[in-house]
Amino acid sequence: MAYSDKVLDHYNNPRNVGSLDKKDPAVGTGLVGAPECGDVMKLQIKVNPATGIIEDAKFKTFGCGSAIASSSLATEMLKGKTVEEAMEIKNTEIVNELSLPPVKIHCSVLAEDAIKAAIQDYKAKADNNVPAPAQTV
Amino acid sequence: MLKFPIYLDNHATTPMDPRVFEAMKPYFVEHFGNAASRNHAFGWEAEEAVEKARKQLASLVGATAKEIVFTSGATESNNLALKGVAEMYAQRGNHLITAATEHKAVLDTCKRLEKHGCQVTYLPVRADGLLDLDQLRDAITDKTILVSIMYGNNEIGTIQPIREIGAICRERGVLLHTDATQAVGKIPVNVLADNIDLMSFTGHKMYGPKGVGALYVRRKNPRVQLTAQMDGGGHERGMRSGTLNVPGIAGFGEAAAIAQAEMEQEMARSLALREKLRNAIEAELDEVYINGTMEHRLPHNLNISFAYVEGESLLMGINDIAVSSGSACTSATLEPSYVLKALGAGDDLAHSSIRFGIGRFTTEEEIDYTAAKVIDVVKKLRELSPLYEMVKEGIDLSKVEWTAH
Repeated sequence: MAYSDKVLDHYNNPRNVGSLDKKDPAVGTGLVGAPECGDVMKLQIKVNPATGIIEDAKFKTFGCGSAIASSSLATEMLKGKTVEEAMEIKNTEIVNELSLPPVKIHCSVLAEDAIKAAIQDYKAKADNNVPAPAQTV
Repeated sequence: MLKFPIYLDNHATTPMDPRVFEAMKPYFVEHFGNAASRNHAFGWEAEEAVEKARKQLASLVGATAKEIVFTSGATESNNLALKGVAEMYAQRGNHLITAATEHKAVLDTCKRLEKHGCQVTYLPVRADGLLDLDQLRDAITDKTILVSIMYGNNEIGTIQPIREIGAICRERGVLLHTDATQAVGKIPVNVLADNIDLMSFTGHKMYGPKGVGALYVRRKNPRVQLTAQMDGGGHERGMRSGTLNVPGIAGFGEAAAIAQAEMEQEMARSLALREKLRNAIEAELDEVYINGTMEHRLPHNLNISFAYVEGESLLMGINDIAVSSGSACTSATLEPSYVLKALGAGDDLAHSSIRFGIGRFTTEEEIDYTAAKVIDVVKKLRELSPLYEMVKEGIDLSKVEWTAH
């Protein structure tokens, strides 16, 4: 199968590869997919609690080139967005940007799932943390 | 000097040997006759070429020339063998036995026969890819007419104990067909010693042309009969009608003669290159798994799973090397290779597999380049792999609750 230039670029030069500290309350982690399905994405965001802006995003992906490109692109899209704006990211934006063929659309869906999972994890941590400062006062 | 891309997909097809091409050339323009034309020199020349090739093929596999039926390829040979036997021996029984790791040309033919009233047993294989002969013995009933087991597997290169399987079939009065597409011309195959009654093979897997194959049909002890699946002029002793592909057949014969003459040295050469590749990879990478037994294996085959790296992304990284992956991330179902699944390796390892097929024209330089490139890309992709990271953190991946999709 021929890959688009953008998929090739993300595959050859993946952006924001790496891991953030899972235990950091400002970090949200999304882990989606399954090894037996042939793709697993781990996507992490680091949010500035004061502004709600995503200041950093990292990913690691086990999957085909399109899955790697989708998650690499997702980290680029996330940076600088507020958490609310990030919730609005749709897989179709990834499909269009990377010119994914129909058989690879599931890769973009998985990337959207990863974004949502990371945000949910961050929010769940933030909610749990609300009483924490109160106790210390 | 390396030339790119490097071809290491010799199980899919082999490049044509230039000597084969030379042998074919006269039969396109100059000697264009129909081998079935009995009344003039044009036909005689064509027939002579066909009969020469028939002898060359017979010699390669230990058959007699009359036992070779020319077809369009191994798929047609498999279809003819299974459907032809099922129809001819319908009075005797309707049960066939095959294995889960067979080629689709056998499996899908069996599926069709099931729709027409046959019963088919699909034997599982052991983790090493080989059949359990006791299971085969137990599967044979008084309704069984045919056992069809592949000689050498096209994905994992495992060589089934055909001789023993043939002995079991003989003892029970059941015919044995083998799809020997990957084995003939590569390793010694002898229909007499191996107790084979029917055998499919093809030109383009042994440096011959595409579009020409053969079915060996035993004529003595026992005499095997087939119901033709193609009606027409009654060519090939009535078993396969259709004007013979004379240039293709001439090439197929030449390919067989070359394979026979050079087999010993070629096997040794392939094996040395295969082992060089394997040793280089195993020395540099952890968690690589060979699929299928190393003990009974085609010398030119290597099928490796690189744990925590997805096959298609690996292919993308080594795109100057032509190989195949057991992963098919191109459909909605993301089904990995059914052959690897049959070994019970787990879908994750099936998704991580690459098949290397070494050929007559593969050089040592190409193997060195391939090993280095594969090692480099696997390392890079493992840096990218959340699974590899989790395993290094001590997480048991089988205990993780994955969100299957």
